[in-house]
Amino acid sequence: MISSITILGGRGRTGEPEGVDRIELRMGDVVSVVGPTGSGKTTLINDLELFANANTPSRRRVLIDGEPAPAHFRDDPARNPIALITQHTTFLSDLPVRQFIETHLRIRGTQKARAAEVLARTMDFANQLTGEPIDPNNRMTELSGGQTRALLIADATLVCDTPIVLLDEVENAGINRTRALELLREHRKIFLFVTHDPRIALLSDYRIVMKGGAITQLVHTDEAERRCAGVVTRLDDALARLRDKIRRGERVLGTELEAWA
Amino acid sequence: MRLSIYAGPATTGKTSVIRHVLRKVKDAGGHPAFLKIDVQFAEEDVEIAREFDVPTRKVYSGELCPDHCSVMVLGDAIDWARKTGADTLFVETAGLCLRCSPYVNGGLGVVVLEATSGINLPLKVGPMLSLADVAVVTKIDRVSQAEREVFRARIQDVAPSVRIREVNALHGIGIDPLFDQTMAVAEVPFDASGRPQGLMLRGNPPVGTCTICVGKKEIGWQSHFGVVRSLENQVFYRGE
Repeated sequence: MISSITILGGRGRTGEPEGVDRIELRMGDVVSVVGPTGSGKTTLINDLELFANANTPSRRRVLIDGEPAPAHFRDDPARNPIALITQHTTFLSDLPVRQFIETHLRIRGTQKARAAEVLARTMDFANQLTGEPIDPNNRMTELSGGQTRALLIADATLVCDTPIVLLDEVENAGINRTRALELLREHRKIFLFVTHDPRIALLSDYRIVMKGGAITQLVHTDEAERRCAGVVTRLDDALARLRDKIRRGERVLGTELEAWA
Repeated sequence: MRLSIYAGPATTGKTSVIRHVLRKVKDAGGHPAFLKIDVQFAEEDVEIAREFDVPTRKVYSGELCPDHCSVMVLGDAIDWARKTGADTLFVETAGLCLRCSPYVNGGLGVVVLEATSGINLPLKVGPMLSLADVAVVTKIDRVSQAEREVFRARIQDVAPSVRIREVNALHGIGIDPLFDQTMAVAEVPFDASGRPQGLMLRGNPPVGTCTICVGKKEIGWQSHFGVVRSLENQVFYRGE
């Protein structure tokens, strides 16, 4: 069982060494990657997913339990300890959802006897995050952006069921983030969120700050920040309720907005 | 001479993959050469010669099937490569009709497929995939990990013994194992007169000359003889 991943710093876009030369992610850590658009956040998690070994443009190295990743991590999906939810929310395959998940369960090495149960739990997980439920007979290409994202999060958590989950801007697809975070926390894994969402960032143990393709610093969430996480959550929930009201075609009253916040 | 033959549908990134492997061969002190076989237009030979300063050539198949053309010229090409002092020949084929495969015994056969091409592609490319040694999957950064893994499973279903290499051909990520396989392939043997010896196509070519091939253009099977088929008489082709 994997207990840690180490990122050994490489270089930024200008060739300068990164500001942080070693990061150790331990089982149970919830970490955010923050920084302006184009600062290299997605590249960082792609490096993790590729088990970079000074062979990507960043020259970073990724160690699993202190060692370079063995080749079978990438050659055999059933043994790959990382699940990545990319920003790509369009599916290209027109398989029905059920068949897609069943195929993925098979190659991720799920026993046949458990497959039906995991499929059902995956659909249930995904449908708790979406507005309109996903029908397992829908074709993948018919799903909306939010449905696709919800299905990918459920797939990463339950089908891949890996110790390490990388999530690239999950907040962008109109899914229920509160529920997503609650459901994810039921699983003890290393979660790495690339995010612009203050709520996700403040609920993390620490955040990796990026600029110009390089990691510049680590910011650990302190007591004061933990305290304001409550306010941020309230504000965020107020906005979510507002959004839902508008979706349902209801009118917004200024007074209730103040009460929520 | 180590031989690597690349096939795969158009625009999947065959040249990009070759470029990365070729660079590694050169960096390792090897002497690569490159041959491009295409139907009517190609400039990969010029680009690769400019970028790497290695011997390159191209041949246009024109009215010939490009894989047929490859069978015709491959012996000469190996001879040419050897005379230039090369020790590793990369052949990039046009990869068009999905019924043939250009791989030969005694060389590495590589098919380049793109992850974005849809989940059924592995079922459609026939011997181009099933007779390859390695299936390189490109454009992996364009699809979700889940979909990439399902694509991989589809390849394995069709061709269980083919090694799958997922690469980002833009940055050359994941190329190393392909380089190792390129270098590990057995050398092509030469006979006393210096010609490559005993090279055979791996797959069976499709049924040969038909009336359409020789220029008879009338529509409808009634106008043809030899290889004919009516709509109601479907012969199912299973691939190799």
